[in-house]
Amino acid sequence: MKHEVIVAGFGGQGVLLLGQVLAYAGMVEGKEVSWLPSYGPEMRGGTANCTVVLSDTEIGSPVVSQPSCVIALNLPSMEKFEPMLKPGGRLIINTSLIDKKAERADIEVVEVPATEIANELGSGRVANMVALGAFVQQTKAVDFTTLEEALKKVLPQRRHELIPLNLQAIQRGAEETK
Amino acid sequence: MLGDKVLMVGNEAIGEAAIRAGCQLYFAYPITPQSELPQLLARRMPEEGRVFLQAESEVAAINIVYGAAGAGARVMTSSSSPGISLKQEGISYIAGAELPCVIVNIVRGGPGLGGIQPAQSDYFQATKGGGHGDYRLIVLAPASVQEMVDLTALAFDLADKYRNPVMVLGDGTLGQMMEPVEFGDIKAEIPSKPWATTGRKGRARNVINSLYLDPNKLEEHNWHLQAKYRRIEGAEVRYDSFNLADAQLVVVAYGISARIARTAIEMARADGIAAGLLRPITLFPFPTGAIAQAAEKAAAFLSLELSAGQMVEDVRLAVNGRRPVHFYGRTGGIIPTPQEVYEEIKKLAGEEVAK
Repeated sequence: MKHEVIVAGFGGQGVLLLGQVLAYAGMVEGKEVSWLPSYGPEMRGGTANCTVVLSDTEIGSPVVSQPSCVIALNLPSMEKFEPMLKPGGRLIINTSLIDKKAERADIEVVEVPATEIANELGSGRVANMVALGAFVQQTKAVDFTTLEEALKKVLPQRRHELIPLNLQAIQRGAEETK
Repeated sequence: MLGDKVLMVGNEAIGEAAIRAGCQLYFAYPITPQSELPQLLARRMPEEGRVFLQAESEVAAINIVYGAAGAGARVMTSSSSPGISLKQEGISYIAGAELPCVIVNIVRGGPGLGGIQPAQSDYFQATKGGGHGDYRLIVLAPASVQEMVDLTALAFDLADKYRNPVMVLGDGTLGQMMEPVEFGDIKAEIPSKPWATTGRKGRARNVINSLYLDPNKLEEHNWHLQAKYRRIEGAEVRYDSFNLADAQLVVVAYGISARIARTAIEMARADGIAAGLLRPITLFPFPTGAIAQAAEKAAAFLSLELSAGQMVEDVRLAVNGRRPVHFYGRTGGIIPTPQEVYEEIKKLAGEEVAK
């Protein structure tokens, strides 16, 4: 089992956090994990991405040239990373912000209106967790039950009151893409 | 099992490891991509009752380290490439005065101010002296966040053992990426330092000095230093390997490059190409003997670096003309993908191994 995932979106969409929750969940389950952020002179509204690898065996490169899954929270991210997907890979699209269809026929496309669902739940900021829910539903890369523990590790104590909302978002993302 | 594992970025892992290894004093000036390290230590060192001081410049920081090391403290500084260049005069003095300290360089692209993305283009500076005079640092090159922990702890021990500055040479990727780490049982075993300037209190005077105006004395001091470096070469070489035993094409790579090489080698093996990896963990002392031994059986070598070709010179010296030594690298903050390196391996295997 090996998942090589690129998560991408606008700065502020919680792309790095999504990746960290996934990496932590993998670690809790005893997998080898790596989390590699893009870093640079980023600005608010610019693009951000991170690469998460989950594996049963030692991870070589944390830098991934052919991801098995891309989670695109906005259009520029989809345009940048769709071409890199390995054949048969998954592209998870936030259709709330992406009104374009995927171009490739050799990949599996999963559409989820993540931002709309997040807004329904009361906070657009959990769109990242809706997308994470869709990812876990599709790949079974980690157990849903582990994600709560991961959220506790990743979110600072003062944000722990937001965990139920985040879990709700994960659940909605999963249901939406069943 | 989760055990005591935590997910940490490399820069923070170095800081926490330094604390557990008994680092008493830390002096530095912030710079991307290593600022998470001073950021963590600004909080953690006072918590432990130790000293964090942001100096007014890199030059000040290394000279405070010089003083603290002379007084016998476990001391560390860190920076990234341009900041490490500023520290070179101080590092030369520390090496000349034979003082233990740990210097972390989380390398970014150069020359000049360069960029802030990862690079390995400070290899020459780290391994060949860096400042003026005939001296060497011990240079440790982690390839994972866990190794950033383990080698930071080792760095303090080797510094004390040889009374020599030790550099931990990472890059922006390792500094910024997260992996699970365990701190295990890092021991803060600080040996007694009877040479330190701790207040005379009736004993003979201790002098910390790198100035020898009498050339005979200076030459004697130089031969003494060289003898120490030969001892280090004899006792402290560390390297790792992957699929090396039957490798026809040996990739030599350290740090993040070695991780990328490993994946590329797995891809090549799946294609039936007998590629293997030799990963120097110590860059000084360099695993010359291990590479020479690999040259007995391998058909060719490939040095993979995030530079325009620096370590490749040491690989060539080790191979000593017996086999072709090729180079592949990207510079300026570009990281080659495993696919790109695999293509290079495939090309070389076609040219060299088939011969």
